[in-house]
Amino acid sequence: MKRTNAYYKKKLKKIPVTILIVLLCVIFFSPFLIMVTTSLKTNADAFQLPVKLFPRKIIWDNYPEAMQKIPYLKYLKNTILITVFSVAGQLLSTPLIAYSLAKIKWRGSTFISSLIMGTMMIPYTVTMIPLYKIWNNLGLTNTYLPLIAPMFCGSPFYIIIMRQFFQGLPNSLMEAAKIDGAGELKRYISIALPLSKPALTTVGIQSFIAAWSDYLAPLIYINKTEKLTLSLGLQQFLGSFSTDWTHLMAAATLFVIPVIIFFLIFQRNFVEGISTSGLKA
Amino acid sequence: MKNKVSVNKKRYTRRDTRNGLLFALPWIIGFICFSIIPLFTSFYYSFTEFNPVKDPTWVGLKNFKYIFHDPLVFKSLKNTLFMAFVSTPVNLFVALFLATLLNRKFKGRGAARTVFFMPSVIPMIAATMVWIWMFDPTYGYINRVLGMFGINGPSWLMDPSYTKWALVLMGTWCTGTTMLICLAALQDVPRSYYEAAELDGANAFQRFFKITLPCVASVLVYQAILNIINAFQYFTQVYVIINASSGGGASNAGGGPANSILMYPLYLFNTAFSYMKMGRASAMAWLLFIAVSIMTFVMIKLTNKVAENGAGDE
Repeated sequence: MKRTNAYYKKKLKKIPVTILIVLLCVIFFSPFLIMVTTSLKTNADAFQLPVKLFPRKIIWDNYPEAMQKIPYLKYLKNTILITVFSVAGQLLSTPLIAYSLAKIKWRGSTFISSLIMGTMMIPYTVTMIPLYKIWNNLGLTNTYLPLIAPMFCGSPFYIIIMRQFFQGLPNSLMEAAKIDGAGELKRYISIALPLSKPALTTVGIQSFIAAWSDYLAPLIYINKTEKLTLSLGLQQFLGSFSTDWTHLMAAATLFVIPVIIFFLIFQRNFVEGISTSGLKA
Repeated sequence: MKNKVSVNKKRYTRRDTRNGLLFALPWIIGFICFSIIPLFTSFYYSFTEFNPVKDPTWVGLKNFKYIFHDPLVFKSLKNTLFMAFVSTPVNLFVALFLATLLNRKFKGRGAARTVFFMPSVIPMIAATMVWIWMFDPTYGYINRVLGMFGINGPSWLMDPSYTKWALVLMGTWCTGTTMLICLAALQDVPRSYYEAAELDGANAFQRFFKITLPCVASVLVYQAILNIINAFQYFTQVYVIINASSGGGASNAGGGPANSILMYPLYLFNTAFSYMKMGRASAMAWLLFIAVSIMTFVMIKLTNKVAENGAGDE
């Protein structure tokens, strides 16, 4: 009898916390919900008082209409093109660099590691203007090269994740292959890379989302209407007097969905990537 | 010391050095082309005047003199400092709070973590647009919800005294990354500490302040540094908000209502790409770089100190 009392007491004590968590979840989720419900409203419905969360009538037509109002498919194509090359670049260069820092014994490895940490501190605004001038002088603004080329040189954050992973691989594997006469490149391709699929997935997903969402770089380098990316194209819904919110939210939903799907599938890689690179302060 | 170096030297074979260099080559090229050269060119540019169609001409300290007499520079700096030192503690508090909640065992914990973290993953531009819509004084959901509690909500992004608070609120929604790192740090705290404290009769608050906080302090300080440095790069959100209120025109170099959300990077961007004063913008960029470097240096020292203290406590 006494035990059950304590048991219920413990359960009761948990209720406020449970309510709090549910409430917070609702708050954190509501912007997503508002984005989707607004995208299904008529314009009159969105601007009718009192404000209602759910549409008075569901309008699916907003989606095809939104894709007509801005050249959505063209921007989608541009965005996919940039994203594919960015991810490919990161996946090609990041493990190479990280391997050099983690598994090859040479004097530069520690030096470069600290330089990488240093470059993380350079604000984007400092390099932005000279880089713009260089690409402009080369006549390469309004192409995707300024957006893609840096991705083939690795990003500090991904290099750190990858390096940490390689450091965890036992050296004995490499040494066994070395005795068998395998060169460094062979060891890298046939041993290190196949073993590092989890880390490669993390880098791939993160660079996918970064490239897909990038705003500042396209803003600087791309200004021809037909070359814009989705992140810039969304702004065309912002009108001078009133913004076309229902269509904007429909386009934004379409823009966000791939990211959410990838995130939900690869959530574990995400969380691990952030936890390992973040804790290593 | 000298001895050690020479011993180390012997360990590096020529072939390893060559291979190491070759493998790291992409980064070295990128470092030279996209970091070092621009960094120093930017320094040179800060003493010149130029724009995309006019080559740099040397003007000495003119840009810096202008900057130190420009009231908008100080206004933007003030706004940026607000984000750095008001938004950061708020974010850290929310992140740690959420992490503490998630550090308990309950049904649906994974789902809750997903919900809290998801906002940090989605593209900033989309998130910002949804928030602009929610902040709408008449048709927005935030004032609607406040209205249900009988509160007459402010005009948020249109009222200079509320714009920055709107940004702070928006920031707490995107604090998922910090939350995850806090959570990982919390999970590293040995369970035995809590068990011992419970035996001694410590309550939840005492356990939090005497055990949890000292254990995660170094991680928190590191996150604070990152948050503050990020505040000095705060750009996309304000750029989009100002764009939205001015109708997305091509030349909308503004700072929001009464310049209340004119952030330093935004002012720098406008100076370079709207006013076409690229030399002056480079000077602004270098001042920012120096400020961020000094802050980073001071804060790294601070982190080490906190880490040492933490180790001393154990």
